[in-house]
Amino acid sequence: MSETTILQRRFNPDRDARPWQGGSRPYDLIKEVTICFLVVTVLVVGLAFLFGSPDDKAISIQTWATANQIDFAQTSISELNGTSGTATYGPPYNNFVGSSQSLGPISLESWIGVHIPVNPAQDFVLGPLSTVANAPNVTRALDVFNAATPSQQLAWETNYATAVSHASSVNGHLVVPRGAYGPIGVMIGQLTAMAKSGALDSAMVDQSGFYGTNYTKSLLYIADSTYFAAQGTAHHLSGDQWGMMNETGNFPGQAWLWLYTFWYQVPPFSTSANADIQVSALMGLLSLLLLLVPFIPGLRSIPRWTRVYRFIWKDYYRSQG
Amino acid sequence: MTLSFLAALINLDKPGVFLHWGVIQISLANVIVIGLMVAVFLLAIFIPFDRKSRRR
Amino acid sequence: MSTTKDQTVLDQEEAELARQWTGRIRRLLVDALPPDKLLPDRQPSYLSSWIYIFGALTIGGLALVILTGTVLALEGPQWWHVSSIGLFVNSMHLWSVEFFFFFMVIHLWGKFFMAAWRGNRQLTWMTGVVTFFFSIGAGFTGYVSQTNFDSQWIATQAKDGINATGAGAFVNALNFGQMLMWHIVLLPAAVVALTGLHILMVRHKGIVTPIEVNGTEVPHQGTQSESDPS
Ligand code: HEM
Repeated sequence: MSETTILQRRFNPDRDARPWQGGSRPYDLIKEVTICFLVVTVLVVGLAFLFGSPDDKAISIQTWATANQIDFAQTSISELNGTSGTATYGPPYNNFVGSSQSLGPISLESWIGVHIPVNPAQDFVLGPLSTVANAPNVTRALDVFNAATPSQQLAWETNYATAVSHASSVNGHLVVPRGAYGPIGVMIGQLTAMAKSGALDSAMVDQSGFYGTNYTKSLLYIADSTYFAAQGTAHHLSGDQWGMMNETGNFPGQAWLWLYTFWYQVPPFSTSANADIQVSALMGLLSLLLLLVPFIPGLRSIPRWTRVYRFIWKDYYRSQG
Repeated sequence: MTLSFLAALINLDKPGVFLHWGVIQISLANVIVIGLMVAVFLLAIFIPFDRKSRRR
Repeated sequence: MSTTKDQTVLDQEEAELARQWTGRIRRLLVDALPPDKLLPDRQPSYLSSWIYIFGALTIGGLALVILTGTVLALEGPQWWHVSSIGLFVNSMHLWSVEFFFFFMVIHLWGKFFMAAWRGNRQLTWMTGVVTFFFSIGAGFTGYVSQTNFDSQWIATQAKDGINATGAGAFVNALNFGQMLMWHIVLLPAAVVALTGLHILMVRHKGIVTPIEVNGTEVPHQGTQSESDPS
């Protein structure tokens, strides 16, 4: 089977290249690469001097709660009552059903299941509150909450969510209108104080041990807020603003992602609940096409049809007359 | 250590400039980069590489 | 003290050397890339366009990305927020990435319009494309490893795309430690290795000849099953 034979086959100008019979001339590759490296170095040092690079400070839970404690309290009750973005995410974070994306009958997201367990009520609210020491009213509130029936808890949560939507800041304090929300006022009040002091940031990172490098939970919490989303939109970074290829400030971004972010702007993707998996699938397909250009009739003929090569090899074609 | 001479001469860390054209929204910086890529590609194709090697 | 081996021993050794793994691999490599193919001092005369330097410019960009990235890695992820030298090295890293992609994409356009996959160079094209994709991954994980607002934003946005494909269970953009490992170890190693392979393939085949529109038969070395009548 592997016997090598010399065959004749029809010459296909999009696939074949004739061996070179013509002349050659001295060409110093190492010198070329060296000069290229030096040129790039000069360009890079020049632009680094001229423009520097952007560095907008990271947003911590403390920054967020200090800037907008009402938003913090509202987001936190949605974590506790299970209506936040993270609480209703489903796999890979939790078992919430109905929000996983699918392509027809295929939902890889839900098939893979929960791999990075996140329970916002416990991880963002109840867990950090249970670390509070020397605050009898907080301990009491938590005890009351934990001893209550689920339906009682839900009633309190719903009432608090309504009340906090009319909350205000008075002299730096969170003021929530009175309501039948049981221990939750104390709990979210304490959580807000912890957030503003920075204690919540460390409480959440502490969960991963002394050498914490995993910010999954804090980031999910922050990303559930309106505050964070507004920062992104203000920087023109949101998905529907072609944000994927943008950078903060006036810096160029990942311009090479133009096609990826483009699809999100146009129907059917711009209105689809499954846009992420649809665009991923489409880009996967297009990537495969780029990879296989040398084998795809038609695609591989474009260079010959466009005749751009006539300019690249103009000296050669001129010499051929 | 502060070496102030290392600081950027032109501060790009200001609210970005964006161009809107129908469905297209793109930052001025990205437009410049992409435009330069096309320009450099065209120059690379059209500028003669090596005068000496040209056959008469 | 020379002991002359007798002829049968010599023949045995000869036969053993012919079968030896080490020897076979050396002959394979030397055949594929003899020194004057690996580092030729002449090039065919049709090589006469500025478009050919964009591969070398991409190498220059990559080298600078790696050099500046090494400094940032050695100083640790927080350094550049607090040191003006650090910020400068970070700026060099950012701009070398922009140039790396700038040159790589022009290189890609050039190779496309030259149909540079002709003459059994499909694998050269394909390693190029795969390098491009790995570079995008390396760039993405770098943006996510900045430890600033931009990285928080990109991570929380990108997670939805990654999760939707099911890959989110294993690739967690919100896990800084994991992203940093991808960015400073796994992906650079892949990009550098792929680039090396790509360049060796170019040297092995030599630079592709100009497009010939009205060619006739070409002698084609290959097996019957390999030949493709298309
Ligand atoms: C890290 C990125 C890359 C580097 C460092 C690189 C480097 C090079 C170099 C030095 C050459 C020979 C000189 C030249 O023609 O420019 C070359 C040739 C080539 N490159 Fe790349 N390349 C990269 C990415 C790509 C990409 C993305 C593609 C296409 C999708 C590609 C396709 C090719 C092809 C087909 C050749 C053969 C040209 C011929 O035989 O005439 N390369 N590359």
